[in-house]
Amino acid sequence: MNIEINRSGSVLIVRIQGELDLSTAPLFREKVEAELEQFEGVKHLLLDLEETPFIDSSGLGVILGRFKHISQRGGRLSAINVSDHVRRIFELSGLLKIMSIQSTLEDALNSLKER
Amino acid sequence: MDSNYLKVEFPSLPENVSLSRVIVASFAAQLDFTLNELEEIRVATSEAVSNCVIHGYRESQGRILLELTIKDGELEIVITDYGCGIQDLDLAKTPTYSTDPERMGLGLVFMESFMNYLTLESEVGKGTRVTMRKRPERGTNHDGSKQ
Repeated sequence: MNIEINRSGSVLIVRIQGELDLSTAPLFREKVEAELEQFEGVKHLLLDLEETPFIDSSGLGVILGRFKHISQRGGRLSAINVSDHVRRIFELSGLLKIMSIQSTLEDALNSLKER
Repeated sequence: MDSNYLKVEFPSLPENVSLSRVIVASFAAQLDFTLNELEEIRVATSEAVSNCVIHGYRESQGRILLELTIKDGELEIVITDYGCGIQDLDLAKTPTYSTDPERMGLGLVFMESFMNYLTLESEVGKGTRVTMRKRPERGTNHDGSKQ
């Protein structure tokens, strides 16, 4: 798995390339935490899941952990390019209560930067 | 396909969680599962094997036994570890209960939601065995008998 990270103002855009499970979750945590520590102006987290075919509860756990971190800064969590299967995992887990799924990168950035 | 079986043993490395998903999905594809059902089987397998790595062996490492059977049009997955076992099975089965704050306690919830049958047997100090079964939805009558 590879993690590609970009910033757009207060939004950290994280593109997960590969499956997010027990073996890859630590890399996601380390990379995102390093960015959050380095850039205090980053508030929001946007997950681009176009190349993420699989997420299980280990993956959900590290996403929730990062949400807890950004919510202390008043940040929010969004995702784009979510497959039907991954969407169902999000639904079942209750993660959609704290995460919005947007159809395009532009929509997601606008909605995150609104407030 | 009348019947088939496969038995694989591997060390409790996190890297082997994805390997187990590939093995189970390939084996399961011998039955008439939809792509969606195969995804559900992949998640259930991932959760069960992750549990062996995280909770069965914790900081140590041990063996995980994966046994797959196809019989009478049904897939059975049995995943066994020889680790520390579960102290309180009822507590472990509680949705969103987890011994680790970075985890969501949803592993068993997914296994239960995505499979037709799930049992959990555990003995402290001896290990844990999860048995899951699933039958393809299409080609199956509502009472579970084959068409």
